[in-house]
Amino acid sequence: MVNKYIPIIGLEIHVELKTVSKMFCGCKNDPFGAQQPNIYTCPVCLGLPGALPVPNRKAVEWCLKMGLALNCQIPLFSKFDRKNYFYPDLPKGYQISQYDQPFAVKGSLVIPSAVEGSLRLNRSSNKLRDSSASPQNDESIGITRVHLEEDTGKLLHAEIAGKKVTLIDFNRSGVPLIEIVTEPEIRSSEQARNFLKKLHQIIRYLGISDADMEKGSMRLEPNISVLSNDQRPTTKDQLPPYKVEIKNINSFSFAKKAIDYEIDRQIEILESGKIPLQETRGWDEKKQITFSQRSKEEAQDYRYFPEPDIPPIRWTPEDIKRLKNLIPELPDKKVDRFIKDYQLSKEDSLRITEKKEIADYFDQVVKFKKIPPKTVANWIINKKVDIAKVSPQDLIKLISAKTQTAVISEKELEVVIDKVITANPKPVADYQSGKQTALMFLVGQVMRHTQGQANPHTTRQILKKKIK
Amino acid sequence: MPRKHIKAILKLMPYLKNKMLIDKSLTELASGLINKEFSSEEIVKECFDKIEKINSKLNAFTTVLDKDEVIKKAREKDNKRTENNNSLYGLPFIIKDSYNTRGFPTTVASNVLKNYISPYDATVYSRILNAGAILIAKTNMDAWGHGASSENNDYGPVRNPWDTSRVAGGSSGGNAAAISSRMTTFGIGEDTGGSIRNPSSWCNITGLKVTYGRTSRYGCVPYVSSFDTMGPMAKSAEDCALILQTMAGQDPLDATSSPKAVPDYSKNLQNRISGLVLGMPKECYAKGLDPEIKSSIEKAAEQFQQLGVKIKEISIPLLDYGVAVYYLIGTSETSSNLARYDAVRYGQDRSNFTKETIRRIMLGTYALSAGYYDAYYRKAQKGRTLFIKEYNKALSECDAILMPVEPMVATKIGELINDPIQNMLADIYTCQTPTGLPSLALPCGFNQSGMPIGMQLIGKMFTEEKLLNIGHQYQQMTDWHKRKPPLIEK
Repeated sequence: MVNKYIPIIGLEIHVELKTVSKMFCGCKNDPFGAQQPNIYTCPVCLGLPGALPVPNRKAVEWCLKMGLALNCQIPLFSKFDRKNYFYPDLPKGYQISQYDQPFAVKGSLVIPSAVEGSLRLNRSSNKLRDSSASPQNDESIGITRVHLEEDTGKLLHAEIAGKKVTLIDFNRSGVPLIEIVTEPEIRSSEQARNFLKKLHQIIRYLGISDADMEKGSMRLEPNISVLSNDQRPTTKDQLPPYKVEIKNINSFSFAKKAIDYEIDRQIEILESGKIPLQETRGWDEKKQITFSQRSKEEAQDYRYFPEPDIPPIRWTPEDIKRLKNLIPELPDKKVDRFIKDYQLSKEDSLRITEKKEIADYFDQVVKFKKIPPKTVANWIINKKVDIAKVSPQDLIKLISAKTQTAVISEKELEVVIDKVITANPKPVADYQSGKQTALMFLVGQVMRHTQGQANPHTTRQILKKKIK
Repeated sequence: MPRKHIKAILKLMPYLKNKMLIDKSLTELASGLINKEFSSEEIVKECFDKIEKINSKLNAFTTVLDKDEVIKKAREKDNKRTENNNSLYGLPFIIKDSYNTRGFPTTVASNVLKNYISPYDATVYSRILNAGAILIAKTNMDAWGHGASSENNDYGPVRNPWDTSRVAGGSSGGNAAAISSRMTTFGIGEDTGGSIRNPSSWCNITGLKVTYGRTSRYGCVPYVSSFDTMGPMAKSAEDCALILQTMAGQDPLDATSSPKAVPDYSKNLQNRISGLVLGMPKECYAKGLDPEIKSSIEKAAEQFQQLGVKIKEISIPLLDYGVAVYYLIGTSETSSNLARYDAVRYGQDRSNFTKETIRRIMLGTYALSAGYYDAYYRKAQKGRTLFIKEYNKALSECDAILMPVEPMVATKIGELINDPIQNMLADIYTCQTPTGLPSLALPCGFNQSGMPIGMQLIGKMFTEEKLLNIGHQYQQMTDWHKRKPPLIEK
């Protein structure tokens, strides 16, 4: 059945920037750290009569950096627009956003293929794409646009003195928000998750947002429709005559589950010969279902028009070049460099580059040229080095100390091993009855008693011999 | 009698003749204060005297500050005065009620903001305050700037001091009525599509609509964000120059304020204007213009010629489309600017908007709606570009454009507010604001029934200095601007 239908998925992602001040005023941008509601507010972010927005240069530059990191084009002319709608958390009655001339357009993001598990995939993809330099079957997802806007206030539904009330906290009002929109080119929930993970990683690399899903500083809205194979598109523009947007998703795995649920739901409707309604649905994590929130009939006319309070923004190619130079080395490039310069395996490179801080740490340690990069990588990956506490120099000392041949003689080692065996009859028996993990425990005990000075490999051999 | 005393008496002559301090120019007042010829307290008392005597007939204010408090403040200024003070130091002023003023209500003359007290000050207001001027009242207006007669509000119409059965004009009508009848030394107004110039011409005062971006808009409740300009209203061009000096300049809180340096506006007031060219667009003097206004301006043109100015006939063929361009963009922006009064905040609901305001919100909402945007809003913006080109072309042929301010003199109460189309058409000569150009309105005569007539000088972007120079030179050879309404002489 699945083969008969092709899921058409696009993603809309909102990311709150962690600039020091808000998007259009000097108020502190720290809605999560605020000790009380409405303390980081002023006439501008409260939308008081007569107050005017002045764009935050840093936020604008960060939005461009995001666009550049997603291989977008940066139009030399851009502007802000007003998106008019009424909601109590929107103090001006409109949101300052960008409509038809966003800061960045037409980009792409390369993500690992989602066809199968990653290792198996690598091998199969080698067969599929022999000519490819990269052993991995990467896929490119189109980015429609990246634009900048302001966040709204937050409504709190509470009960005060027995009365149900709604309170508004404007600490979040006017926080800079980037919106990233993909082309409807995603075909599975797994691919969506891969995209989101990669995007999240890049955002963290750029250092422009915490992108914390739980706090809501990264929010996801998948658009899903299903195309039946009989009406398979001949061109990209041929999309199903409807789409469903899902809101309230605050984790990658919820996104995956919601997409899967929605694909099944829509296929069921299509199977019955009907077309699903165009609507906005929410994800109910408890019930593991999506539910209808707003149908197309209630669709809003936002009456967008150019924001008259903010002059349009014009860039020179030099401005863009300068910003491009400010973008740090991104994960893909780092992986390639680690493989090429340090002869790390792809797997290790991917792990080391997962977080920028770790990759930077690795680079620093390797730069001293005292320890082979492969050994450094192993230490960082296997020993989970706490990079906040162990300085690169300390790590070098540590590794040097530990890798200099065993400081303990084999005789001494045998004495310790004998002690460990007598002290741990149960693990010994476990091992003898075939439980391999018990051996690991015993090796660990030996290491402990020798303050780590034993060679784990030798220890293992001796232990095996003794308790066989 | 020693010569020194004769000199002193001669110096006091105009004061003795007029019997009012407020008749003096701001420069005269400033030097009189420094020389201790009189005090701020005396000037303030004079203002309150007039307010108490005649404001009930004019309804110029939404809020009048507590007299004792203001007098106390004037005394403080008198005590702290030094020779280095700003020229506006110790001078009482009034401000349109669209400006946010901490501590006093900011109502925009609408019940929607009834009793609203703002927690912050508008930039222009705080600049005037920092210069040492003393606020005495906030002025009545067309609510939200929606009108040309100061009738569209919840405080009652502002009446014209020259004929109280007529309107003062709008939307900065309260300012014009109060300055004309000497209830203050100067006022701060706001012009979107004639809101300073229209009441100035109908009440016989001088008002300057500045170049868009010359003054900060921060803290003035917007009507049309892309047209709104904050400008001075006073008795003369010379006074306007002095006030603008303090008002103008870039504001980090207003992204649309210009970084252009502020010139010394008073420095070149005395410059001779011979050799300058004033263009008179033939379309402005054709159908629809009151013949008495036409002849007054033609007479002014002759006087300019006596000053060596060349008068040239020019053409602005698009003139008639101005009202449509102005009102489509204007209502579109105002429909968005007024969205925040949704009854969640500020305590009053939308039923408090007047009919005229609701009409403008509806019109603008319509012009921005899907399916109509291209036909109305976008087309109007294209029209705006054409207007800018057309005015630039006209101004390439002359130094300034000489035009009427209004096609008629002040209308009778009820005439404009009850005829929405006429109300809009009254803006025909002042609705070139989509171009952002500056314009100085100044008195140039009276009609048979004694109603004031005004003219305006439109200049190139950021040429306030030149407009004030031309205006000042004209006012040196005429005395229209010195005439006071009979009402206050009684």
